[in-house]
Amino acid sequence: MNDASKDSKTSLAARRKFLSKLGRAVTYTGAVLGAGTLGAVQNVAAKNKPGAGGESFPTPDYDWTKHRWGYGVDATKCIGCLRCVEACKRENDVPGTANHFRTWVERYVYLEGEDKPRIDSHHDPVNIAASGSQREYRFANRYKDAKVEKAFFVPKLCNHCTHPACVQCCPTGATYKTKDGVVLIDHKYCIGCAYCVQACPYGARYFNHEKQVSDKCTWCYHRITKGLQPACVEVCPVGARVFGDLNDKQSPISQFIRNNRVRVLKPESGNAPNVYYVGLDKDVI
Amino acid sequence: MEPLYDLATYTGSVYPNDTVIAWSVMIVIYPYITGLVAGAFTVSSMYHVFGMERFKPVAQFALLTALCFMIFVPVPLLLHLGQPQRAFNAVLTPHWTSAMAAFGYFAAFYMVLLTLEVWFMFRPHFVRQAQQQTGPLGMPWRVLSLGSYDLSEKAMSYDHKWMFALAVAGIPGAHGLHGYVGFIFGSLKSREWWSSDLMPVVFLFSAVISGVALLIVLYVLSCRLRRVAVDLACLKGLAYVLWGFMMFTLVLEGLEFSNIVYKGREGIETIMEYVMGPLVVPFFILQFGIGAVTPIAIITYLIWRGTTGKALIVGVTVSAALVLFSVLMMRWNVVIGGQEISKTGQGLVHYHMQLLGREGLLATIAVVAAPLALLAVLVRLLPPWVDQATPSPRAAAQ
Repeated sequence: MNDASKDSKTSLAARRKFLSKLGRAVTYTGAVLGAGTLGAVQNVAAKNKPGAGGESFPTPDYDWTKHRWGYGVDATKCIGCLRCVEACKRENDVPGTANHFRTWVERYVYLEGEDKPRIDSHHDPVNIAASGSQREYRFANRYKDAKVEKAFFVPKLCNHCTHPACVQCCPTGATYKTKDGVVLIDHKYCIGCAYCVQACPYGARYFNHEKQVSDKCTWCYHRITKGLQPACVEVCPVGARVFGDLNDKQSPISQFIRNNRVRVLKPESGNAPNVYYVGLDKDVI
Repeated sequence: MEPLYDLATYTGSVYPNDTVIAWSVMIVIYPYITGLVAGAFTVSSMYHVFGMERFKPVAQFALLTALCFMIFVPVPLLLHLGQPQRAFNAVLTPHWTSAMAAFGYFAAFYMVLLTLEVWFMFRPHFVRQAQQQTGPLGMPWRVLSLGSYDLSEKAMSYDHKWMFALAVAGIPGAHGLHGYVGFIFGSLKSREWWSSDLMPVVFLFSAVISGVALLIVLYVLSCRLRRVAVDLACLKGLAYVLWGFMMFTLVLEGLEFSNIVYKGREGIETIMEYVMGPLVVPFFILQFGIGAVTPIAIITYLIWRGTTGKALIVGVTVSAALVLFSVLMMRWNVVIGGQEISKTGQGLVHYHMQLLGREGLLATIAVVAAPLALLAVLVRLLPPWVDQATPSPRAAAQ
């Protein structure tokens, strides 16, 4: 009896000793891991701060706290030439396929006797057939034999929302909102889960199969931080696309918003988009 | 011609980028597997926490099943990720506003909990093996016993306290993990098909029925393979649980669907076009008709008629197999269905599953088969079976 209780005590003591060792090992490992994690957190947090004295920023004299970019689209001016789409694809190395676009143009056509518009874009097989390649962008003259009552084009792109659902749902923080109001993706940090692609109500994001990460319009961040216009704005022959600094009251975008009655797409999403439209119709998707 | 990456065919008006189905069949399998884990754990808890004796024959087996499937939960996710080597970024620098950010922690916590519970449960087995087997073959058992061979009554009661505590903590753990998976879909406002407050609950209840159904099928199969009698009281108990939770699941799914239709928000015409067209076979016939109504009818009949013996075993097993299929179809109809309805609310996209490739059909079958293969090995190393007395007629009639 005594022996049994002694045995049990010895084994209990041994177990305690073991548990205490295990506890210490876990604590030390935890401390090392914790410190490592903290370091990693700081690294990522750092990218959300303005480049210190321009040292780490690609453009040395650019201060992102001094700008607030905005974008305007005058749908009444767009002629559907699709030069913007082509310029964007070239400028930003967008995959040359019919289902990867940073910007695209939709065509709305109301035929006589029909309530709803017929909506297509350059990714439509009929339009691809008309251009002969998915790398060439055309709107086929598919309604030439019909009576058209009303027709217009609507250019689309990332809305760089004030409350972006894509940034909210990114599990790693690889996509983020800059101080100057642009939503960017760190392609070296993105894990490629495509949750952001699902979350965007505008279909502005796509999964880049060449880079295996999510991708979307940056308003040509590499250009605007050097004082240039986004490529799509630059090439638009009719001035349907407007870009500028909302902090500057005389900028094209400030004047565009001041001089027009503008609206945004899907305001009910709560994302507070920053692409302002003129000339939208109730049926615009 | 240039490669057309997963370009899906579509009807109506869709955004160009929306013609790629971003979440493939792997994201169908992922909630399916986590659901099986949650359901199997539920059965194990019914014995270990709530003391329902009739589930004793499957209680330990349920835990092993949960462990095997849990080990493979990250696999479909890793196969899906564009940059799987960066998967730990989400754990190293979690972006807390994301519904996905805590997944790594949740899953890791639950994995540790499951492993610990299995360890405590099989500790006596480890010790016995370590004592019996000498030489290199005994080595793994000596390592697993962690140097303590104490199987005294005191030590065992200490172990039982731990097992109970872990089983209790595992209930919110397992269900939290799976409800959370439902939240990943339900919290997205971009898709009407997903954006539902009921989504996490629907996921949870369907998870429970899938796990119970899996245990029924595996338990009956194991009895056949081991050439022992099926414990009819246990089987009938599982059938009761399956029936009850199926009722909840069907009501919740019905409510969720009614909400979409009744609210009739923008894009409802397209949703109805989808429901009445492409969804007829996968939902109404496969998920609802064959997968839900048929097993409910069979189990109701079996309970009503007091069926016992082989007819009960066959009836319940067939029903369970149908339920497993139904829940798989439910995951499919949510994950793929949600993406087949375009964000424009004015077009439908068609998903075509690939055969090969890391997100293809073959990879999917491998991912589902892998936990079963692991389980087949594990039950040989850690026998979860209690003694196999043929149940008395009274127990079977309960």
